[in-house]
Amino acid sequence: MNTHADQKHAIRTRGLNLWYGDFQALFDVNLGIERGLITSMIGPSGCGKSTFLRSVNRINERLGYVRIEGRIDVLDQNVYDPTVELVQVRKQVGMVFQRPNPLPISIRDNVIFGHRVHNKGKKASAAEEDEIVEQALRQVLLWDKVKDRLKHKGTELSLEEQQKLCIARLLPVKPEVLLMDEPCSALDPKGTEAVEELIWELKGKYTILIVTHNMAQARRASEKCIFMLLGKVVEYGDTDALFLTPKESQTADYIEGRYG
Amino acid sequence: MFEASELNLRNKRTESLYRTLFLVMTLLLILPVLLILGTLIVKGASAISWEFLFGYPKDGMTAGGIFPALVGTIWLVSVALLVSVPLGVAAAIYLNEYAGENWFTRIINLAIINLAGVPSIVHALFGVGAFVIFFGFGTSILAASLTLAIMTLPVVIVSTRESLRAVPMAFREACWNMGATRWQTIRRVVLPNAVPGILTGVILEVSRTTGETAPIMFTGAAFFLPFLPESVFDQTMALSLHLFVVSTQVPNVPENLPYGVALVLIGMVLLMNSLSIALRMYLRGKKKW
Repeated sequence: MNTHADQKHAIRTRGLNLWYGDFQALFDVNLGIERGLITSMIGPSGCGKSTFLRSVNRINERLGYVRIEGRIDVLDQNVYDPTVELVQVRKQVGMVFQRPNPLPISIRDNVIFGHRVHNKGKKASAAEEDEIVEQALRQVLLWDKVKDRLKHKGTELSLEEQQKLCIARLLPVKPEVLLMDEPCSALDPKGTEAVEELIWELKGKYTILIVTHNMAQARRASEKCIFMLLGKVVEYGDTDALFLTPKESQTADYIEGRYG
Repeated sequence: MFEASELNLRNKRTESLYRTLFLVMTLLLILPVLLILGTLIVKGASAISWEFLFGYPKDGMTAGGIFPALVGTIWLVSVALLVSVPLGVAAAIYLNEYAGENWFTRIINLAIINLAGVPSIVHALFGVGAFVIFFGFGTSILAASLTLAIMTLPVVIVSTRESLRAVPMAFREACWNMGATRWQTIRRVVLPNAVPGILTGVILEVSRTTGETAPIMFTGAAFFLPFLPESVFDQTMALSLHLFVVSTQVPNVPENLPYGVALVLIGMVLLMNSLSIALRMYLRGKKKW
């Protein structure tokens, strides 16, 4: 365990190496993702950015043939420690997927699902639940649109609204970290704009890590930016600085579109 | 420039030849179904009456009704369902939601496939050995239904697993990532969405069980009983066996009687099948994702 508490970083990796079978996807990644900031990860396909994201909440290991060395501290605790309860990790680290995946139940049930799962035994009253649902939906700027049809299925919403709903359902359990894996790539430009706006709205309340293919999006919607290439971190810094005055030539070549 | 060449014309003739050939084959397939149904209706309809459905057999089974057999079949099928559905659904849930891809599950899958391929008469003999003699249930509804249940278990497992598989993986991932356990995910999301498919499988199982004769004739179905069964430890008559008996074992049966029995039997099966199709269409229409 750490002797000094790391208050600055929500996610901290040390010597992180990851293999899919014989293929090494991450090479010695040492990253500190700062609390309360929006950090984006960019890089060409196969650079390991999604792999990194998916190892933070340990969703990768379901594949079975994944091997990991090094450590990932989330909120100052190694999530790969054998004493760690996965359910507690998932509570602190919410994940938003590329393709919106609301559950085929009502909007209200979608939002309250996580809360119910984590509060078994002491069931909240309907009024309390209403309160939680409203708060979460307000936070994702969806309340006014759906307040009259909370009983409708989550899957009936537009893609943009579905994605917002998927973010909303993470909030009632009060996570510290939100992981977003290409959250806008299934959306049209208008939906993308709306979701980016929402991400910006959540700034400061959560530590947000976004993986994106879209460089313009990283530039618009993040404060810190990580550029990865072939499983290694090439550059990490303030988003503006990284795009305006990249330190590494590989970064410059990528953001100027010479490859990727 | 664009007119058909000799080769084009020849290809076209071959094309239409094959098309017709396949069409004829398909039509030949449905011919037996139509013939069977037609024969049964023509020859058996005159036997069907209120008294036939709700009366007891009379005059050494050459007259009267089929009520005890009808009731017996309902007993047999219901008890079989009570056993095979919970067992089959549980096994399917384990195989699809919990088990990984390894030698163990491959062996189980192989066993299920083989179980489906075992001839019904072998199931019957197994039923006699296991349920009638070893467990001491005697020839009874319980023994017969257990035999039927084991025989139809593969159908339930396979159809349930297919409907579980049809529930998109994204739903499970969404749940797991909110910290839900496998069981919470299954109960709240996977099962509710798989129910239409599971029900369809169950109804198909019912229709198959209704017609089975071999597995029940040594384990619980009786030649003739003048009363209705009162518990699962009683013997009972059954429609399928009754059909066999009146068509081959009893002398001087009027010609329309076996056809009538067959018509009732096939009517029950068709009713079940159409119910299953209707249910599937209804529930599919409601589903949206």
